[in-house]
Amino acid sequence: MLQKTIMSGIGGQGILFSGLCLAWGAMLEGHYVTYLPSYGAEMRGGVTSCTIAISDEEIASPVASSPDYLVVMDNESLRRLQNQSASGGEIFINTSIVKDRPVRGDIDLVEIPVNDLAKKTVGEQYANMVMLGAFVSKTHQIKVSSIIDNIEIILGKSKMRFKDKNIEALQVGYDFFAKEM
Amino acid sequence: MNKRETILMKGADAIGEAAVRAGCSCYFGYPITPQNEIPEYMSRRMDEVGRVFLQGESEIASINMVLGAAAAGVRAMTSSSSPGISLKQEGLSFLAAMELPAVIININRGGPGLGNIAPSQGDYYQATRGGGHGDYRMPVYAPATIQELYDFTMESFDVADIYRTPVMILGDGMMGQLVEPIIVHEREEIDLPPKDYILNGAQERPSRIIKSLILDTREMEEHNWKLKRKYDLMRTLLPRYEEFMTDDAKLVIIAYGTAARIAKGAVKRVRSNGLKVGLFRPITVWPFPDEAVLSLTKKSKVFLVFEMSTGQMVDDVRLAVSGRVDCEFYGRPGGIIPSPQEISRIIERYWMQKEL
Repeated sequence: MLQKTIMSGIGGQGILFSGLCLAWGAMLEGHYVTYLPSYGAEMRGGVTSCTIAISDEEIASPVASSPDYLVVMDNESLRRLQNQSASGGEIFINTSIVKDRPVRGDIDLVEIPVNDLAKKTVGEQYANMVMLGAFVSKTHQIKVSSIIDNIEIILGKSKMRFKDKNIEALQVGYDFFAKEM
Repeated sequence: MNKRETILMKGADAIGEAAVRAGCSCYFGYPITPQNEIPEYMSRRMDEVGRVFLQGESEIASINMVLGAAAAGVRAMTSSSSPGISLKQEGLSFLAAMELPAVIININRGGPGLGNIAPSQGDYYQATRGGGHGDYRMPVYAPATIQELYDFTMESFDVADIYRTPVMILGDGMMGQLVEPIIVHEREEIDLPPKDYILNGAQERPSRIIKSLILDTREMEEHNWKLKRKYDLMRTLLPRYEEFMTDDAKLVIIAYGTAARIAKGAVKRVRSNGLKVGLFRPITVWPFPDEAVLSLTKKSKVFLVFEMSTGQMVDDVRLAVSGRVDCEFYGRPGGIIPSPQEISRIIERYWMQKEL
């Protein structure tokens, strides 16, 4: 089955990295996967997003005109992307920052205060990984262990020192729904 | 997929890594979006392996540095995007005239003019018809996946050395940015002709000259015929293509690069509704696989060419089929990436219209 996800936020929030982790996890589980980043000229501050397509067969188009899942880390991303979301799809909202809510009634809302969760635990700069952990536990697109077990490959040598914090943040996000259930 | 061997890699990085592993000694380039990740990757990687990375003062300088490196006998590459490739055309013509090997990457963006930075296939004419002056041809590969981008970049260095010609990889903005699983492998050693033309110091051998100025008309004619014989050989040996579900196809969609992967998705969609539709994908756009296209006319009566342009490759398809079948066209220029759904609707429309 083909599932497409758009993750979007402000440059600097780390949303491209979250998306890349999802893509790595999916690949390591043996799925076909494409990851298409999109960003402006700004190093920080502009809206930046990535599209991840995961499938059990070859992926024709890496672009998502109507994504099954949408992850929004800031208000502008929600404003821009909410109309694109597929009917019956899910929108993951970072409620710590996003104040608006989608006006559409045909999509499921998943609210997670990722910045607050991150601030209380690993540190706010890991909010992106908290979101990814929560996303994976809710959608079951991949196993969270596929990311955690391979975090060294994904991070690469230069970012190895952030390994433990990233794993911790993933766990915080993952447990958010586990506790709820 | 074997998960141990595969890694996720961005198109631009795949090009760079393939070049490094193909033994590219010199990279010369000048920044332009959407291919800046290639010089970025090369600036780091070439330093790691102790080779040359140089950002020229312009595209023109960069292509002529490639020419110089090729004349000195080393493998060299440059990369750019549409407006930058236009600037390099003079160098391409000189490389072809002087019979020097080089690899040129074009990450095609919207045009004409400065256009935009979105994926486009508007440079097909320029790539396949020779954007530079004079009677020359140049092999052009059009990859559709990141793995192909890697494989063909690597292979194009060998093709360049075997035929002593510039070779172009024709990608687009999406191919440059896209991240996909690929298998990074080493280059297979093959026998290459000795580089008996290079300028490496005339010690214990007569001096050599590499030039493109041939004032004697008869000599120039002979040079042109010599090149022609080489191009004929390429036409015989180089054409490559992929066929997908064409065996029983009444309608064949013909597309290359990014457009082809979208078309493949569309073919799968309409097949699930029972429409006998197939895909023909040229992998080399010069030399164009015209014999393979011609042989398809025995089975299929309607061809639909789909390009992310207003229609350029469609000319080559029409030349290949010489009026034997209906050859329709659908295009989305300017940087639009249509969805497989859109293309499947177009296929369905022609299916109805042509009463297939």
